[in-house]
Amino acid sequence: MTDQSTKNLSPRQASERVALTIKARKRKESQFLFIGQSAVAVAIGFLILLFAGILSKGIPGFFQHYVTLEVQLDAAKLDPTGQMTIESLSQGDFDGAVRDSLYLALGNPEGRKAKRDARKLISSGSSQRLMTYVLNHPQQMGSTVAMKFAVDDDVDSFLRGFISRETSEADRRISDLQISYIDILDAQNRLSYEISDYLFFGSASRDAEMAGIFGALIGSLFTLLVCIILAFPLGVGTAVYLEEMAPKNRLTEIIEININNLAAVPSVVYGIMGLAIFISVFGMPRSIPLVGGIVLALMTLPTIIISSRAAIRAVPPSIRDAALGIGASKIQTIVHHVLPLAMPGILTGTIIGMAQALGETAPLLMIGMVAFIVDVPTGVTDPGTVLPVQIFMWADFAERMFVQKTSAAIIILLAFLVSMNGAAIFLRKKLERRW
Amino acid sequence: MEIVMSNSMVETASQIERRVMPDKTLGQIVVDNPRVSARNVDVFYGDKHAIDDISLDIGASQVISFIGPSGCGKSTFLRCLNRMNDTIDKCRVEGEINIDGRNIYDPLIDVVSLRARVGMVFQKANPFPKSIFDNIAYGPTIHGLASSKVELEQIVETSLQRAGLWEEVKDRLDQPGTGLSGGQQQRLCIARTIAVSPEVILMDEPCSALDPIATAKVEELIHELREQYTIVIVTHSMQQAARVSDRTAYFHLGKLVEVGDTKQVFTNPKHELTQDYITGRFG
Ligand SMILES: Nc1ncnc2c1ncn2[C@@H]1O[C@H](COP(=O)(O)OP(=O)(O)O)[C@@H](O)[C@H]1O
Ligand SMILES: [Mg+2]
Repeated sequence: MTDQSTKNLSPRQASERVALTIKARKRKESQFLFIGQSAVAVAIGFLILLFAGILSKGIPGFFQHYVTLEVQLDAAKLDPTGQMTIESLSQGDFDGAVRDSLYLALGNPEGRKAKRDARKLISSGSSQRLMTYVLNHPQQMGSTVAMKFAVDDDVDSFLRGFISRETSEADRRISDLQISYIDILDAQNRLSYEISDYLFFGSASRDAEMAGIFGALIGSLFTLLVCIILAFPLGVGTAVYLEEMAPKNRLTEIIEININNLAAVPSVVYGIMGLAIFISVFGMPRSIPLVGGIVLALMTLPTIIISSRAAIRAVPPSIRDAALGIGASKIQTIVHHVLPLAMPGILTGTIIGMAQALGETAPLLMIGMVAFIVDVPTGVTDPGTVLPVQIFMWADFAERMFVQKTSAAIIILLAFLVSMNGAAIFLRKKLERRW
Repeated sequence: MEIVMSNSMVETASQIERRVMPDKTLGQIVVDNPRVSARNVDVFYGDKHAIDDISLDIGASQVISFIGPSGCGKSTFLRCLNRMNDTIDKCRVEGEINIDGRNIYDPLIDVVSLRARVGMVFQKANPFPKSIFDNIAYGPTIHGLASSKVELEQIVETSLQRAGLWEEVKDRLDQPGTGLSGGQQQRLCIARTIAVSPEVILMDEPCSALDPIATAKVEELIHELREQYTIVIVTHSMQQAARVSDRTAYFHLGKLVEVGDTKQVFTNPKHELTQDYITGRFG
């Protein structure tokens, strides 16, 4: 036995030594705190910068300039056969009707160049817009209506002040004559700056003023639909099997490791696989949401499986005991008790997986969803594109207006992603049951 | 199997002989009118031999309590009686357990109907995170015991009444069962078990998480249920075993050391190990 009194410090000595270390400890602590806080500050700074950048660029993209013109709807010109159907209307001269109303507003310019310059002030989609209007308002036939047409994207840039009057005519994409016309239209209060309906309801177009995300949005919806229909049942089923039924042996261990590894596979690899299997081997068409959805389903599957397994594992075993103890079968226990309790977690994982899929570009490029497609897809087998790919394509165009619309589309995509993640958080917070 | 003995005890030669594990269980393992009859049951968790050759009869309207130090296999043996051990992957059960004359480990036996006949109440009250009504109604519903909603409501009411919970919860049947107090939750679990009209009720330390008042209520309940059900209760409380049970079985390191009438086991244990345990010399 050792002599305690010689080994141990007296309480006073001890407290002196402790005081020495306390100083160093406090210093370490405040250093740590400082590092942590500055990391958070930097992160928040970047986030603010990102949002400020996107918003300042993107907000103007939600608006564009329109010109109001009085169009005379002459039945003889617009509807030659008088049936008011698409077929008969497509024989009509809507171009002429729009042109005439424009010339009238500009005081009937003379000469081919003057007329051409005048025509180029407004979007080439104007006749289509007029035809749609007539189709929806057949009773207006014969009267004169005031309609808003989008101005050409160069005119729009001019009106936003990106093109200066001082620049010499040869150096700008808009002629002196056109500028004088714009002044005339402005003097008549015909020009307006409004929320762009083309952005929301237009499809892919080479004309910046007519380009919109509608087609891509529908394409995204179809793709996500296919994705969730495949990935949700497969993912939850796999998770249930692995957690609740599979014996714990070498094989299931290998499967588990592989699923975890799949979650880390770069998404473009899934695209290559989609190309090699679904398109090359099974001969499915390129560019269709069906193939896109299958590829994204394979990509999100690991996410859904992993989060579903975590959610299932979090259900206390006592609940299973309770159900089994009164004679519920394995399946009844799972369906009646385990799954409902795990559902908030499963849905959270699924939504996050879907958000990943919604923002995914690379694998879809591989399977050709990057094609220029004007028509809005009406089903999962119609060629289409998706929102992030549309953004990717627009980002390639040099026109000022495309730059703005790209940012606007990014904001829309972000809004979707944020609301999906918000829904996931909501589910986790509100639906989560306590036991 | 060897046992670890405390070397601080002084004992006579004859006592030492008696303190080794018996080859045979002391006392009466057979009863006249057995509902459960286990013969030569061995249980293994992987390589671990958790139950070593236990044979025991449990009479029809009788309360039997299992006592013994932690880890001696009381829960394991209890869970053999409704095959809850099936849910543990590496658990293997050998031997024969007959309930009403049929071997429950017969491959032809359906576990689902077995568990409806042999209900179980767990150590920690585990009501479903559903309403009080749904907690009770779940069993009868999956087993198709009620042919109408009225009948189902009837079952729920009588089950809660028998569990002595009806007066306390009749006005809030639609509220979550998890919102009740600990003791009420445990009685809710007993009511849930009763609702499927079992023959045997297994209780694994049902009062270990309850305060004395809630414990007294559950014990009272066991008293009332003994008429109709065969009850097997695992308990760590000697007083509880003495209060509620007709017979007592003492387990030690996977063996059934001694079984007999509760009174006899507590006043005149046949085995030294039993005596040491009930006098609190180890536990
Ligand atoms: N799921 C399990 N896996 C492995 N060993 C177990 C398991 N459950 C119990 N055991 C072991 O079996 C023995 C008996 O346990 P148990 O029946 O729970 O004892 P008691 O209920 O008497 O305290 C203990 O040694 C315990 O470690
Ligand atoms: Mg136990």
